[in-house]
Amino acid sequence: MTETETVTAPALEMRGITKRYPGVVANDGIDLDVKPGEIHALLGENGAGKSTLMNILYGLATPDSGEILLDGNVVRIDGPSDAIARGISMVHQHFMLVPVMSVADNILLGAETMANAVFLDQAEADRRIIELGKRFGFEIDPEVKVGTLSVGWQQRVEILKALYRSARILVLDEPTAVLTPQETTEIFAVLRRLAQEGHSIIFISHKLHEVLEIADRITVIRRGKVVGSRLPSETNEDDLAALMVGRNVQLVVDRGESHPAGPTLVVTDLKVRDDRGQQTVNSVSFEVRAGEILGVAGVAGNGQEELVEALTGLRRPTSGTVTLAARDVTGSGPRELQQRGMSFVPGDRHRFGLVLSFPLSDNLVLTQYDEAPYVKGLLRNETEIDAWAKRAIAEYDIRTPSADVAASTLSGGNQQKAVVAREFSRKLTVLILDQPTRGLDVGSIEFIHRQVVSKRDQGAAILLVSAELDEVLELSDRVAVMYRGEIVALVDGPTASREEVGLLMAAGRRSIPPTEGAAPPPDGPAAVSA
Amino acid sequence: MRQFLRRTWALAAVPLISIILALLLGSLLIIASSLATEKSLNLLLPLVAYESLLQGATGLSFIDVAGGAISLHFSINPDQASRALTSTMAAASPLVLTGLAVGVGFKAGLFNIGGSGQVLVGGFFAGLAGAAFAQQPVPVAFTVAIVAGALGGALYGFIPGALKAFTGAHEVVSTIMLNSLAAFVIVGLVNDIFKITGPSFARTADVGHAAMPILFGRNGNLGIFITLILVALTWVLIYRTPLGFEIRTVGANPSAARYAGMSPRRLIVLTLSLCGAFAGLAGAFEILSLGYYPAIFGTTIGFAGITVALLGRAHPVGILLAAILLGGMRAGAPAMQITAKIPIEIIDVIQGLILLFLAAESVIRHLIRSRAEQVTPDEINTVSRTYGETTI
Repeated sequence: MTETETVTAPALEMRGITKRYPGVVANDGIDLDVKPGEIHALLGENGAGKSTLMNILYGLATPDSGEILLDGNVVRIDGPSDAIARGISMVHQHFMLVPVMSVADNILLGAETMANAVFLDQAEADRRIIELGKRFGFEIDPEVKVGTLSVGWQQRVEILKALYRSARILVLDEPTAVLTPQETTEIFAVLRRLAQEGHSIIFISHKLHEVLEIADRITVIRRGKVVGSRLPSETNEDDLAALMVGRNVQLVVDRGESHPAGPTLVVTDLKVRDDRGQQTVNSVSFEVRAGEILGVAGVAGNGQEELVEALTGLRRPTSGTVTLAARDVTGSGPRELQQRGMSFVPGDRHRFGLVLSFPLSDNLVLTQYDEAPYVKGLLRNETEIDAWAKRAIAEYDIRTPSADVAASTLSGGNQQKAVVAREFSRKLTVLILDQPTRGLDVGSIEFIHRQVVSKRDQGAAILLVSAELDEVLELSDRVAVMYRGEIVALVDGPTASREEVGLLMAAGRRSIPPTEGAAPPPDGPAAVSA
Repeated sequence: MRQFLRRTWALAAVPLISIILALLLGSLLIIASSLATEKSLNLLLPLVAYESLLQGATGLSFIDVAGGAISLHFSINPDQASRALTSTMAAASPLVLTGLAVGVGFKAGLFNIGGSGQVLVGGFFAGLAGAAFAQQPVPVAFTVAIVAGALGGALYGFIPGALKAFTGAHEVVSTIMLNSLAAFVIVGLVNDIFKITGPSFARTADVGHAAMPILFGRNGNLGIFITLILVALTWVLIYRTPLGFEIRTVGANPSAARYAGMSPRRLIVLTLSLCGAFAGLAGAFEILSLGYYPAIFGTTIGFAGITVALLGRAHPVGILLAAILLGGMRAGAPAMQITAKIPIEIIDVIQGLILLFLAAESVIRHLIRSRAEQVTPDEINTVSRTYGETTI
C-alpha cells in the first residue's frame, strides 16, 4: 500500500481528462471519482461536456490526455464491449430495447447465455433475471414483451440488462426525463438499493431537485471544466444553477398575478382520433382566457399530442367545436389559424418547428415568408429577412455564428429560441406551446419562461402543454390534468400541489388504492411468485 | 467570397470526383475494348480518345499524334472551335431542360422519372401544333408550337402529381408506367391517324414555319437562348420567390411545410406539372429541330435528365454545367469514333459510370474525407427514399 492510496480506492477515477474537437475543448482536465456504493451526480448544461466525458468512459472516444483508473488501476478502454467487460454499463436516455421481443430476449441480446454451442439456455437466463429482480426489488416476468411495458418498467429492463452483464459502474443519462413523479420515486428506490449493494452510479441530469434528492455527491461541469463539487447537504438549487450556468439564474420565473379577460380560445366536446384510428381525445372542453396561461399536465401519450394537433389545424377533429375570438375555426388549416392570430410552438421542433437544412434566417420566417415585409411583389425581400434575422438573434439571444448557418448546426436551446423568436414576434391572440423547453438547459428555460409570462401580460391567451410537471406548475394560472384522453381535473395553478397533480396524472383521480401504487400498469408484467 | 467558394466546393466536390473516376474507369474500358480489335495493348488510347472527344466538343487540342509518338501541343482552330461549341450548346440545351425537369422535382422531394414520357408528349404536341400552324408567320408558328409542347409536358406531369397528391401513388411508379403509355399510344396515333402519305416511314406533317429558327452557324438555334433564360428564371423561382421557398420546404421537411400553413398537395401537383413543362419543352425543341414527329422517336434525353440533375446537384447553374458536359460528350463523340476508333457507345457507358459514382456519394465522401456539409435537400435521399414515407 502506497501512501497516496486511500483506505478504499475509488471504484472509478478519471484524472485530467482532456478532449479537443476542432474549434472546441470538450473536456479540459476533468477529474472525477466515484466511490463504491456512491451515487454521483454529474450536472451541466447542454454542451458542457458531460456526454463527451461519458463517451470516453464508455470507450466511444479516446481522450487526448488523462487517464482512467478502475479500483486504483490504470486501464485503457477500447470501445463499449471492453467497457462492459470491465463492468461499466450505460443506460441511455432513449432506450435501446426491441419492443416486440421479450424482456429476457432483450437482456440476452449481445450477452447470450448458451446451453451449448448452438442453443440458448433460456431457462437459466430466466432464472438469473428473476433472481436479479428479486435482489434489487423489482421482480419482472422475463417472458413479457417489452413493448407492453410502461416507460418506467422499460427503464428497469435497461438497468437489468446492465446488471445481467455484471455491471459495477452504471451510467444513467437523464433517466427521469420520460418518467412521471411517481415513477421517478420508484426508480430512485431501485437506484438506492443498487448503491447499497455496492454498485457505483453516475447520474446525469439537469433537474436540480432530483439531483439533490438522490445524489451522494454532485460534480458540476461548465464548458468542459469541473467548476465545483458539492454534497447535497451543503448546497441548494440556486447554488447549483449558478454553478452550472456561471451566473445567477432565476429558476422560478416571477410571474406575478394574471388579469384574465374574456375567453379567447373555447374548446367544446372535442373528440380526436390518432393515426391508428384510436380515439385519444375524448370530449374535451375548456377555455383559455386572454391574459392567462392554461397548463395541461399529463403523462406523455394521454392525448395531449392529438389535442394540440387538432387545435393547430394539423389534425381534423372527429367532432366538437373550437372557437377563436368568438369565431368558429373547427377544422381550419394552419394557414387560416395563423391569419386569425394563432401562434404555435410545436413539441417536436425538428419535425415541425424547423427545416434543419435551411439557414437560420429562412427558419425565422418559416411561418411568415409570404407576408409583408418579407415579400416585395413576386420576390422574397432578402434585405428585410436578413434585417429581421439579425434583430431576432439579438433580441432572443440566439447563439450562432451568423444567420446563414443551417439550423441543424445550432444547439437544441438555440434552435428552440429561434422557434420562439419567430412565433412570439407575430401579432398573436392565442399562443399554443407544446413542450416549449424540452431538452433545454436552465439558462434557456429561464429565458423562454420569461418570454411566455411577458406574452401573457401583453394579453395573449396561452395554452401550455408539457410533460414537465414542474414547468406546468411554475407557469400556469390554471392547470388541466389530462388522463386517457379526458381532462380529469382543473385546478388553480398557484395553489396546486405537486403530489395531487402527480396522482391525477398517474391514476386519473386524487387517491388510489395503496396496492396499486407501486405496481406496474394493468397490462404490465405480473409479479413472479417465488 | 471565401464562404461562397466553400459552399461551391461542398456542392461540386462529389460531382467532380465522380466525373474523374468515371473517366478513369472509362479509360480502362477503352483499353479493354481495343484489345478486341487491335493486336497490341495501346495504353495511350484513352488519352487519344478523350483528346479527340474534347476536340470534337470544343475545338481545343492539347496533343499531337504523329506516327506512334505523342507530344504535348496546344492548339485551337477558331473556325472549328466555334462550330464545335455551337454543336455542344445545341446538344446541351434539351438536356438542360430535362435536367431541370428532374432537378426542380428534387427540390420538392419528388423523383420525376417521367421525363422520358413528358418529352414524347411535349414533342408530339409541338409537332401537331407546328404542323397546324405551319403556314403562319415564323414568330406565331414557333411560339404556338413550343407553348403547345410545354403544355403537353405539363399535362403529362400533372397526372402523376395529382395521383400522388390525392391517392398517395408514388411518383416513381406512376411516371414509369406513364412513360410506356406515352411511347405506345403516340406510336399508334402517328401510325394510324396523323401519318402523312409520301415519306417511306410513318411521320406527322412538316412543321413548316414552326421549325426551330437557326440564328448562327449550322445549328446555333433559338432554343439555346430560351434555355439560358429559363435557367435564370428557374433560379429566381426556386431561391428568390415565396413559391420556391414553399417548394424547397416541402422537399426538405413536409411536416414543417404543413405546420407553416403550406399545402403539400397543391405544391406536389404544381411542381410535377412544372417539371413536365420543362421536359415537354425539351421534346418540342427536338421535334421542331427535326421538322416533324416520327412514329419511332427514339430519344434518350428524358433519362439523361436524371444524370444531369444529379450531376448538377439539382441547382439550375449546376444543371446547366452538367448538361454542357454531357452535351459536349454527345457533340464530340463522332470525332472520337473517327480518330480513336472507339465505339460511340462508350459515351453512354461513361455517363452511366458518373451516375453510379454519384449514387455512391457517401463512399466518395469517405474517400476524400470531405467534412463539407451535405447540401440539402439531398437528391440522393430523394432517389432512395423508401416508398413507405409519405409526403402529405
